[in-house]
Amino acid sequence: MSIAVAAPASDRNAPAQSLWRALAKAFLHAFLICLGIVVLYPLLWMALSGFKNNAQIFGNPFALPIVWSWDNYVLAWNQGVRNYVTISVIVTVASGFCTVLISAWTAYGLTRTRMPAKPIVIGLVLGGLMLSPTVAVIPLVRMMQALGLYNTFWALIVLYTAFRIPFSTFLIRAYMLDLPREIDEAATIDGATESQIFWRIMIPLCKPIIVSCVILHVLFAWNEYLFAMIFSGSDQTLPVGLTSIMAKHGTNYAVVFAAMTISALPIVIVFFAAQRYFIRGLSEGIGK
Amino acid sequence: MQAGGADGFRLRHLLSFRWVAVAVIVLGWFVYYPIVDNFIVSTTNEDIFTGEVTNIGLANYQRLLGDPVVWTALWNNFAYAVISIVFQVFGAFLLAAIIEGLYSERAKRFWRAVYFVPSAISITVTGLLFYFIYQPEIGLLDALLRGLGLDSWVRPWLGDEKTAIYAIIAMSQWQGFGYSTLLFAIAIQKIPREYYDAAVVDGAGPLIRLWNVTFPLTREMTGLMIIVTVTGAFQVFNEVMVMTAGGPNNSSQVLGTWLYQQGFMENDFGYGAAIAAVIFVVTMLTGTAQLIYTRRRRVQF
Repeated sequence: MSIAVAAPASDRNAPAQSLWRALAKAFLHAFLICLGIVVLYPLLWMALSGFKNNAQIFGNPFALPIVWSWDNYVLAWNQGVRNYVTISVIVTVASGFCTVLISAWTAYGLTRTRMPAKPIVIGLVLGGLMLSPTVAVIPLVRMMQALGLYNTFWALIVLYTAFRIPFSTFLIRAYMLDLPREIDEAATIDGATESQIFWRIMIPLCKPIIVSCVILHVLFAWNEYLFAMIFSGSDQTLPVGLTSIMAKHGTNYAVVFAAMTISALPIVIVFFAAQRYFIRGLSEGIGK
Repeated sequence: MQAGGADGFRLRHLLSFRWVAVAVIVLGWFVYYPIVDNFIVSTTNEDIFTGEVTNIGLANYQRLLGDPVVWTALWNNFAYAVISIVFQVFGAFLLAAIIEGLYSERAKRFWRAVYFVPSAISITVTGLLFYFIYQPEIGLLDALLRGLGLDSWVRPWLGDEKTAIYAIIAMSQWQGFGYSTLLFAIAIQKIPREYYDAAVVDGAGPLIRLWNVTFPLTREMTGLMIIVTVTGAFQVFNEVMVMTAGGPNNSSQVLGTWLYQQGFMENDFGYGAAIAAVIFVVTMLTGTAQLIYTRRRRVQF
């Protein structure tokens, strides 16, 4: 199919011109493939280095592992990665659940009720999109110390929820605005309460955007570093845990490579399994 | 239905606040309050031994102006923004146009997914990965340069004051361009086919179509991406922290890492808060620009 670059067959091409086009096309193909190699080869190198021993790592970096042994992966898993994965899963699931639930509530209130001063509330909630976590981090340390949440994963659950509510609400609200009002008006006439409409009608109808929100939240919470580094203490999540493995096993690079690969794999699988929802979330997020 | 008349009616409207109450409380408590508090902290100095807090007015901001590392950091953030605009906005636009123009639907999906993979992986992992790639002894880059006979180019990329920040920025381009390519691909798909058909009838070649149809009709996305990229560039923290922690000799500090260094390593919360205030001002400016931009666009359509 031809949109931006290739010419349709019906063009009034002279043969020389079509040869030129074929060359250009071959060049662009080659470019895409080279770029693909630049993108994927480092990741492949990371996974392969996890199979090597230190002597091989200091040898030719392009060489394949001589013995395919899972030892480094097992070692990395047992020496910390298992705990980091557990904490990351707890924080990601709990904050994802809270964020989406609170955001759906808020989006419902902002689209389906006749709340007074609604523009102010909308501005307050969506204005949070412009605020950067870096700016809040110093006061938050004192606050979390006062609340007794400092150095626990509870701080991360609270903060990931708070800082992601604006974005999730933004996505769900945009989706709810596009849903026809006749559906919930009919339910009101039939005597349904607001709560019933929310749980039985709006949530099922919003399922696609909720899935997108969940996936974008997983991507964020699994990878977040600044808050995780400052607030999690001994409850380290994967990104922070990786840097401590690096500090601990600084000389045994193969274990570090194995730990990095274990950490990257789940999110890559989630991405490929749910690409459609990823793309919907991204396009709604920036396009509206 | 409304037994209470006007009062009952008003009560029902007030009750609808319950839907937004949790979000407003959580945001107020953990997002808005700390950001306001940051400005208060930035006017104080805390003695780390006695814990005594004294108000020192704008002294921290005066110190900012005379701190050479702040200027290095600002320059590095600026370089981050400019290079990212070149690769992740204009480069990604061209790449998206090539992908959307060349292939079958299946091939398009394949390339978009391939280029996106690094964006799904955490910056900590990609940062550590490139930390190894840039290593002179075990890294891919210097091995590749030696293999190509470019021995004079071989260097410890992250250990050299001249190259450290640019090596980090290069990693960031590698990681991020697939994300913006995906967004541009979505924008290009929204362009009605008729425009291209009309351009073909007028005898426009592929490059002319790219310049006269694709580029102007994705201009909103380009504008938004520039703003988002600049905002992101001034919030950079993770990759610098993982790859160099601002070194060598503070040459790769950015505002985020300098804030961390001053606030958490030197325990100077007041000065750290003043650096945070600079980040706040810059991101507020770009955020407001984004708001105005999207508003204007909505009116146009």
